[in-house]
Amino acid sequence: MVGASLAGLSAARALRRQGYDGRLVVIGDERHRPYDRPPLSKEFLAGDIGEAELALEADDEDLRADWLLGARATALDRTRPSVRLADGREVRADGVVIATGAAARTLPGTEGLAGVHVLRTLDDARRLRAELASGGRLVVIGGGFIGAEVASTASALGHEVTVVEAAPTPLSGPLGETMGGVVSALHADHGVRLLCGVGVRGVDGTGRSSTGGVRGRAGAVLLDDGREIPADVVLAGVGARPCVGWLEGSGVALDNGVKCGADGRTSVPGVVAVGDCANWHDPLAGAHRRVEHWTGARERPDLAVATLLSGGAAHPRPPRPPYFWSDQYGVRIQFAGHASGADSVTIEEGAPDDRNVLAVYRRAGHPVAVLGMNQPRMFTRWRKQLTPTAA
Amino acid sequence: MIPACRLADLPRGEAFRLDSDPPVSVFHTDAGEVFAIDDTCTHQDASLADGWLEDCWVECPLHASKFDLRTGAVDAPPAKRPVRTHEVVIEDGMIYVQLSTAAPNLPACVAARLAGAGG
Ligand SMILES: Cc1cc2nc3c(=O)[nH]c(=O)nc-3n(C[C@H](O)[C@H](O)[C@H](O)COP(=O)(O)OP(=O)(O)OC[C@H]3O[C@@H](n4cnc5c(N)ncnc54)[C@H](O)[C@@H]3O)c2cc1C
Ligand code: FES
Repeated sequence: MVGASLAGLSAARALRRQGYDGRLVVIGDERHRPYDRPPLSKEFLAGDIGEAELALEADDEDLRADWLLGARATALDRTRPSVRLADGREVRADGVVIATGAAARTLPGTEGLAGVHVLRTLDDARRLRAELASGGRLVVIGGGFIGAEVASTASALGHEVTVVEAAPTPLSGPLGETMGGVVSALHADHGVRLLCGVGVRGVDGTGRSSTGGVRGRAGAVLLDDGREIPADVVLAGVGARPCVGWLEGSGVALDNGVKCGADGRTSVPGVVAVGDCANWHDPLAGAHRRVEHWTGARERPDLAVATLLSGGAAHPRPPRPPYFWSDQYGVRIQFAGHASGADSVTIEEGAPDDRNVLAVYRRAGHPVAVLGMNQPRMFTRWRKQLTPTAA
Repeated sequence: MIPACRLADLPRGEAFRLDSDPPVSVFHTDAGEVFAIDDTCTHQDASLADGWLEDCWVECPLHASKFDLRTGAVDAPPAKRPVRTHEVVIEDGMIYVQLSTAAPNLPACVAARLAGAGG
């Protein structure tokens, strides 16, 4: 297992559950045992929960695995097969599960500038949480889910928050224009300023810390249209890229992550890929899709491990349509399916103005996606009826 | 024993939530068995009656931890503690629930709210 987070842990569990009894090595470059990322922008950032509550392993769980933590994989040798580590060690294996996830994209030109953050890891979250503790103005670059959640958490902590989004409507990719607009209207409801359709030119690095003038600290976010938004803290929520650089030249086909089949197999026998780094083939769409959601990282490893153990002969059930959730401003947002394939969106329950709504996306009359805002009961009902669809 | 609902009114694959304190849910599985467990997930404030019922398991509608309806056991985090199970009695087509005397495993946020409501 390369990558010791949700997908790697889920693969380790699946191996044991499916009867694999041999040696299991989990390699992860973070020093931490597997922890849960979704709370990093929500309850953990808010200070409502501590680090112990982030643990993804149950207290009495024992997978009989060797954990090599703080160890970065640098190469995969398909001939032996083996995984090489940054410290020179080599781990021989009969099968390899690639679960190296994704890393936050950074804003070019802001490297080394104090006060500019990304949020992907526990260490990122510790830094951001410490800095938000001293108050001030937060500018979030990117109106996607992580940006919106940090804006929501920070505004509840009393910060003055501005969100800058390059697209005309935030979240239009995952939710479509209409519902992206409904969900992102939550910002204004809670006094958070949302600037759309404007790019970011850079971050002014002449800010001051509370202890006096400090060079190399964020002072303002500079927009394409010439505006400057004063900032004490900046969060770049500009997406993530798959961590697959270590596989260059290994023979494992790469294309927006690890290119794999509908069962998780890669171009190299005995090697499967799962989680945020994996670009799975979707037979219905006839295309590959890289899905960066928690539930995919938890469920797909069952399939990939069955593929690995059976040498590709297993034909497990196809997984359910992708599902994710997001918590913003006390509103529970849930989404399942693929919005991009829809030709209509209708409100089935509630009303957008009440921020309590159930919207169903249809294609040729069949439900292909569903969005709920504070509608958990109806959401599950519709989720069960989704037609898998080409999108 | 608390009366829940008539068996005929609870189709297979469906759940019924009792507004007890804390709430309890009754599940009618596809195989025709009836179980009762605490309705609130042990991770956060989610109603398991809204969850995804499959065989003898209900999957939390929010973050997908699964609970065994027979024992209350949880398969994997984020939920870490089991839910409480209750005895079910069916008499003359009516489903009754005998509430467990064990302490519930409510998530911290819900436990605090209930404690507050109780004074
Ligand atoms: C702040 C935040 C909030 C989120 N909120 C939600 C949410 O509300 N709902 C939702 O559905 N999803 C959410 N997600 C997404 C979800 O957390 C991810 O989909 C999930 O973590 C993917 O798991 P993974 O194991 O594939 O990848 P990751 O969690 O990225 O783990 C990959 C691991 O591999 C390690 N690694 C990388 N390269 C190497 C290497 N060469 N050698 C060894 N180890 C390596 C990494 O350090 C990392 O520990 C959120 C993500 C973040 C960051
Ligand atoms: S609320 Fe049930 S798993 Fe999180």
